[in-house]
Amino acid sequence: MDKFTTLTGIAAPMALVNIDTDMIIPKQFLKTIARTGLGVNLFDEMRYNLDGSEIADFVLNQPAYRKAEIIVAGDNFGCGSSREHAPWALLDFGIRCVISTSFADIFYNNCFKNGILPIVMPQEVVDILMADAKKGANARQTVDLLTQTVTTSDGQVFGFEVDGHRKHCLINGLDDISLTLEKASAIDSFEKKNAALHPWA
Amino acid sequence: MTARTLYDKIWDDHVVHQADDGTCLLYIDRHLVHEVTSPQAFEGLRMTGRKVRAPEKTIAVPDHNVPTTLDRANAATMTEDSRIQVQALDQNAKDFGIHYYPVSDVRQGIVHIVGPEQGWTLPGMTVVCGDSHTATHGAFGSLAHGIGTSEVEHVLATQTLIQRKAKNFKVEITGSLRPGVTAKDITMAVIGETGTAGGTGYVIEYCGQAIRELSMEGRMTVCNMAIEGGARAGLIAPDEKTYAYCLGRPQAPKGAAWEAAVAYWKTLYTDEGAHFDKVVTIKAEDIAPLVTWGTSPEDVLPITAVVPSPSDFTGGKVEAVQRALDYMGLVPGQKLSEIKIDTVFIGSCTNGRIEDLRAAAAILKGKKKKDGIRAMVVPGSGLVRAQAEAEGLAQIFIDAGFEWRLAGCSMCLAMNPDQLAPGERCAATSNRNFEGRQGRGGRTHLLSPGMAAAAAITGHLTDVREML
Repeated sequence: MDKFTTLTGIAAPMALVNIDTDMIIPKQFLKTIARTGLGVNLFDEMRYNLDGSEIADFVLNQPAYRKAEIIVAGDNFGCGSSREHAPWALLDFGIRCVISTSFADIFYNNCFKNGILPIVMPQEVVDILMADAKKGANARQTVDLLTQTVTTSDGQVFGFEVDGHRKHCLINGLDDISLTLEKASAIDSFEKKNAALHPWA
Repeated sequence: MTARTLYDKIWDDHVVHQADDGTCLLYIDRHLVHEVTSPQAFEGLRMTGRKVRAPEKTIAVPDHNVPTTLDRANAATMTEDSRIQVQALDQNAKDFGIHYYPVSDVRQGIVHIVGPEQGWTLPGMTVVCGDSHTATHGAFGSLAHGIGTSEVEHVLATQTLIQRKAKNFKVEITGSLRPGVTAKDITMAVIGETGTAGGTGYVIEYCGQAIRELSMEGRMTVCNMAIEGGARAGLIAPDEKTYAYCLGRPQAPKGAAWEAAVAYWKTLYTDEGAHFDKVVTIKAEDIAPLVTWGTSPEDVLPITAVVPSPSDFTGGKVEAVQRALDYMGLVPGQKLSEIKIDTVFIGSCTNGRIEDLRAAAAILKGKKKKDGIRAMVVPGSGLVRAQAEAEGLAQIFIDAGFEWRLAGCSMCLAMNPDQLAPGERCAATSNRNFEGRQGRGGRTHLLSPGMAAAAAITGHLTDVREML
């Protein structure tokens, strides 16, 4: 997993609420057995016409946002399915950070496993970041995970909360499985105890 | 001792390790696997030389991609990429030695129907799957939720998940349901009340008389859509109905082990005075047969209502409702019961169980679908299909002009050939009405199996109570 420390980049405004995982990556692209290559189909049905041509007014098709690395989104981003193809597609496109008032639980978890930082901010801050993002490509926002701040293009700074364990893993690009396997003896003893207490389980 | 909720109890019994910051390593009793979200996880194991830690607790079944037409044994019925995913699961099940129900097995079906049916899902367990509708298994009083592919790999390798505890949310449904109103209407009513983000950060415990009065099938329908309300999981405390459902299932304990299990299961309830961070109460009598009009499961209204206007809403929802009405081809003020449909889909992990087929067949018996409507029934598993045939339900569907299909996820998410064409409108017993969910440009109205059957007969959304 790629580390995430700080990022300065273009933020794309997507004010729509309840942007679901079917919008982020429609099901026909879930048939891959790889993790990469999904960026071209990110937001596929919002981004392309049926004939494959681009829908000009979709935000990521606009010249200012084609290289966006941050999305500022409406409430409940990533709701719906558990498909990790959603963060894979975002990452493959180049998105490393999504900011919203709320995220669906599974999507939120999946982001951290892929080096993407989801940031929860109160409505009034999302409104300011959204307005800033709407300024276009010259408006670059800075996300600093170390200091847990987002800075707008005109220098306003907002703090955010993030779980300590997840922050540690993102900053160091750590693989959860290796960390858990260090606790193998605790898993062994749990299994022994559980086999006696709940042998049917 | 502090009073604990059902969720607290199951959680406490599965903590392997707790870090100083509260992050826990949670033991997983059952890991269900399907073909879409697992290939990259198995590949990860291969690349790192890791094994599946507990293959005896890992159960795989292909469901999302598989065709449901009767000729599916012919590999040509699948697209090449679908076939590759199913073949990858065949191979991974074999290579890693996990339990497997291949497409050719009569027990094959939707993973969330197969798990309970085979007795893999039992009260008090932790159950995960790379699928958001894993919430279904909460009907047994098991802590069950969806995970992403990285977490699938984590569970395969360690039989644990890194988790922080969610908050407790009590949803009480008091009193009894009125005729024609079902578990599907309960779960949609809750989402209508709390919104699709109302459950975010919580585990819901459904309780109250109307929940107690539901069968296990109905309880699975309720918990299935907990995720649509944003909750990590939905739970219902086990009771005599739960034990009766589990007894004799192939993987359920037997003899003395059964007695010991039931003794433990009887401790799985929320203690008097336990703390809930959020409480919602709904009177069952107030719930009418419901239908969705928009592109989010929270866009739900009684069948007697009219399509709302964006001006009925505030904030970001105004734009979302306008977009939804444009997508759905509806205008404010239009009666929901006058919306004409093209397709009826009965099935999915929400409503693909025997009770759902019975409810639909009861409405369809001796009647025919309206000419020009495409109607299909996709049983949730091969065993549900066999039972429906034995009970004579299949014949009722066939006589009514429905296609009688083999088991799979089918048109719920349209990863197999069962899809809507652009602009086509579907009355569906599934769980999501997102844009493009059943096919690009397809329009989905979520409703109960009885309501779907009623719509098939009239050709428009219809109040099932008129047909009781």
